[in-house]
Amino acid sequence: MTMNRLVSSQATQFAALAALATLSLTACGSDPTAASEPAGAEPGSSANASGLACPAGKLSAEGSSAQANAISEVIADYNAECGDKATIEYNPTGSGAGIKSFYNGLVDFAGSDSALKSVAVDGVVETDKAKERCQNNPAWNLPMVVGPIAFAYNVDGVDKLVLNAEVLAEIFNGTIKTWNDPKIAKLNSGAKLPGENITVFFRSDESGTTENTTKFLSKAGNGAWKDEPAKAWTGTGEGKNKSSGVAEATANTKNSITYIEWSYAKDNNLSMAQLDSGNGPVELTGDSVAKAVSEAKIKGSGNDLNLDLKYSGTKSGAYPALLVTYEIVCSKGLAADKTAIVKDFLTYFSSPDAQKKLPDLGYAPLPSDLESKVQSAVAAIQ
Amino acid sequence: MSVTDTNATERVESELPAAQDPSVSPVVDHSPVTLHSPVPRVTRHAPAPSTDGQVDRAPRGVKLAKISKTGDRVFRALASTTGLVIVLIVLFVGIFLLALALPSLQANQDDFFTSRNWTVAGNELRFGIFGLLWTTVLSSILAMAMAVPIAVGVALCLTQYLHKRAASPISFVVDLLAAVPSIIFGLWGLIVLGPFLAPAAQWLINAIGWIPLFSKSVDPKGSVFVASVVLAIMILPIVMAISRDVFAQTPRDHIEAALALGATRWEVVRTAVLPHGRSGVISASMLGLGRALGETIAVMIILTTPAAGSPFSPSIFAGGETFASKIANNAAEFDSPSKTGAYIAAGLVLFVITFVVNAVARVIAERGGAKS
Amino acid sequence: MSATTSETQLTFRRPGGVRTVKNALATIYVTLATILAVIPLFWVLFTVITKGIRLIFSSTWWLQSQRGITPRREGGGAYHAIVGTVEMALICAAIAVPLGIMGAILLIEYAKGTKVARGVSFMVDILSGIPSIVAALFIYALFITIFGLGRSAIAVSCALVLLMLPVVLRSTEEMLKLVPQELREASYALGVPKWKTILKVVIPTAFGGIMTGVMLGLARVMGETAPLLILVSYAVGINFSPTSDTMGALPTMINAGRDQPPQMPGYERVWAAALTLIIIVMLLNLLARGIARASKLKEK
Repeated sequence: MTMNRLVSSQATQFAALAALATLSLTACGSDPTAASEPAGAEPGSSANASGLACPAGKLSAEGSSAQANAISEVIADYNAECGDKATIEYNPTGSGAGIKSFYNGLVDFAGSDSALKSVAVDGVVETDKAKERCQNNPAWNLPMVVGPIAFAYNVDGVDKLVLNAEVLAEIFNGTIKTWNDPKIAKLNSGAKLPGENITVFFRSDESGTTENTTKFLSKAGNGAWKDEPAKAWTGTGEGKNKSSGVAEATANTKNSITYIEWSYAKDNNLSMAQLDSGNGPVELTGDSVAKAVSEAKIKGSGNDLNLDLKYSGTKSGAYPALLVTYEIVCSKGLAADKTAIVKDFLTYFSSPDAQKKLPDLGYAPLPSDLESKVQSAVAAIQ
Repeated sequence: MSVTDTNATERVESELPAAQDPSVSPVVDHSPVTLHSPVPRVTRHAPAPSTDGQVDRAPRGVKLAKISKTGDRVFRALASTTGLVIVLIVLFVGIFLLALALPSLQANQDDFFTSRNWTVAGNELRFGIFGLLWTTVLSSILAMAMAVPIAVGVALCLTQYLHKRAASPISFVVDLLAAVPSIIFGLWGLIVLGPFLAPAAQWLINAIGWIPLFSKSVDPKGSVFVASVVLAIMILPIVMAISRDVFAQTPRDHIEAALALGATRWEVVRTAVLPHGRSGVISASMLGLGRALGETIAVMIILTTPAAGSPFSPSIFAGGETFASKIANNAAEFDSPSKTGAYIAAGLVLFVITFVVNAVARVIAERGGAKS
Repeated sequence: MSATTSETQLTFRRPGGVRTVKNALATIYVTLATILAVIPLFWVLFTVITKGIRLIFSSTWWLQSQRGITPRREGGGAYHAIVGTVEMALICAAIAVPLGIMGAILLIEYAKGTKVARGVSFMVDILSGIPSIVAALFIYALFITIFGLGRSAIAVSCALVLLMLPVVLRSTEEMLKLVPQELREASYALGVPKWKTILKVVIPTAFGGIMTGVMLGLARVMGETAPLLILVSYAVGINFSPTSDTMGALPTMINAGRDQPPQMPGYERVWAAALTLIIIVMLLNLLARGIARASKLKEK
């Protein structure tokens, strides 16, 4: 069987070569050294670490995809400030998944579009579970990113569209079926609205944006939106996967409308509706959103900054359709090395340096009094 | 005379397919060997008492070596253990699914098979899989109907019709399709194929839209039709690769016998290649079907989800959700056991469907198979 | 072949009308099928290549990770993802390939036609229909909920085993079925024990087909996203440890970027990552064919 031995030695040579190549691959890689400036950002980074401690270590976080763009930029900037000492990974799998992973101990903090619930939902009380995870210390909700919700539409010949929460609720639950419905026409005198059917697009994957939009519709919609706010859409329409799916569908389907994060609407060049909350149409800008956030009340106690957003009856010039992403952290009880990084990172995140970069990404910065409350809460983490 | 068997060792490949190769050796008689072979047939049930490690009763003057049985025992034990492990794995998965799903199924207030509701949050569970079942089965059947004939055709072409030199690159190129990740198929289907097929879909709707299966829908781009085409493209390499290997192993003698009787190339294929490869093709198709039924991400990206409570549309141009895509869309939010259980129950149905289809396929394969 | 004698005139006629037509139709069908199969491949490849090729040519793509890079920034590479994908696939293959081949050996060599074989075969059929998400949920429940182990790349590999095993087993089974019985009997006649026959005669004969099955399985699991989403967190930095809870991988790199609008650098990286995955699988394919060809038993 010499022939066999010969050919199988050829085969082993081949395989050995492959193994060698693979092994050498493991020695080759490196991290990128100098990070380039983000697209569209202001040139010139800020001055050196403004009092950041820059501890080393590894942190993993998970949660809302609405803040994904913001937090990835902030992590990159934080690492640039701190010379890359810490490794922070954020996985935008969704608010619900983030909270679940947090109270199961799989991640160190979570990002969520809604604060931890203190009522039992399907047999689980989120605040209790989080407390368990934090060695019997409460978990705090720290608002960090304000994400405006745009109502993007695609109607030929209509450059400016004014809607209010009630009309939106009726569009989204199928009561209003055509674009030239008198209720829409009433808000848009002079606009040529076609008689076509309205195609509504919604998020088919469970999403915090859906939850906050439905919160807005139910609280500000004058009873037109009858369902409970939830991460799963209960209205009418066609479901598409993720914001990019919804954006793409709206951009390519005539006579459609959807709800979507402002950053996605901007990036995909979608027309956005103006909201009339009783004081005239308000366009979605960083300032109009900031005005609405500043009217929010804090319903949490102490350093738990759970916000009660004001969706209706806001001052003139405010755009109230928005979501706030909270970073859910243990007030105490997380391992010391991880706590150090959490504190330092969130200090940077809540600092004016980081917050002022957010509008370029399609978010709104925290209003200054809220920002200082967040900063003192972060400082109080043990 | 030695036992010549043209299939016993791989010959140096001739470049012509078997049906055309002029250098093939004469047909060898494949009848059971007893008449011609000088070597006594050695089977496991040999009458000689050699299975205990004792020295055989050897003919005078011949010394037979001891045949140790430990190697065989060890190897056999290994194989049996593997079989056991596989069975256990599947049983565990099945039991796990059942354990998670049963409480929700019992608490379900709607009929599981005919309801289209899906209210799983809160205390009142109302869920049914009718819509999911329809979409899953429809998309998989369409995908199989498109992929299997093409895959078999390609496999035949590569092994029976083309020269080896030409077949090799095409074969490699179709194997590349297997390398494309499923998420890319999803994205491609969404942004490239969907818009491309939309006019054709619209034309079909206009032409035969009165048939419920082809009726109008809002968004033909995110339809079962597009998803099926993408699924077909995804399962094509699996079915083709295995079929190709199976067809390549058709015994030369059968092919030559057919040729000697004056068969056209198609008749050679029909009488020699296809019957021989039947079980292999069915096996490959079942693998492809399994893939189509279980494909998660691509379907999730392409299909438009209908709103809860919207009227049922049997059209292939409507959207929908498959079992896998529904679970994946909501996997992040499995907060409670009852909610999880409802989704897992959907996954369990998939199990059962695969089981049933494969059982039927096995019966077909066994009943009709012409084994050598 | 012509054979005419003076006494008996053998006239060879072409096959009659219907048979010729059927033959021509079959040839057309087979050609059409090949064209139809090749079109979507070229189309998909064209899309992936045109969108993603620019980044592949730089060495930074192959040697750098995405640490410090965000979807809005240029730069970095896919090294972390390549390492992660290859690592998880190899761990999966290390478990699935022996299981698959031994399982096929059981079905064909030892228990052919018995009830045991039917049972195992049914089980494998069921396994082949599991959606990747259900396999991932099962491993999640087993490793994380019950055993409390936390996320890891090994968990992903275990979920991938459930997906790769049926492919390897079935294709090995089909190949083993096609090995002629005479070959085995000749080996037994020479006094070779059964296990050696399997290892040294049967398997090498079927090796090409087994390699095909392994490659098909590997190609599939390297592109699976669902287990990666659930069982390990996507990391943008380099991480070699399979027990750590974060690891980069090409499918999740694609997933992380697919939500971006087309003008962002992150979006282009999606397609470049896809092209990278295709290239890696292609290389593995070539390697497998090379090994298969080198170890085939050849006639003298």
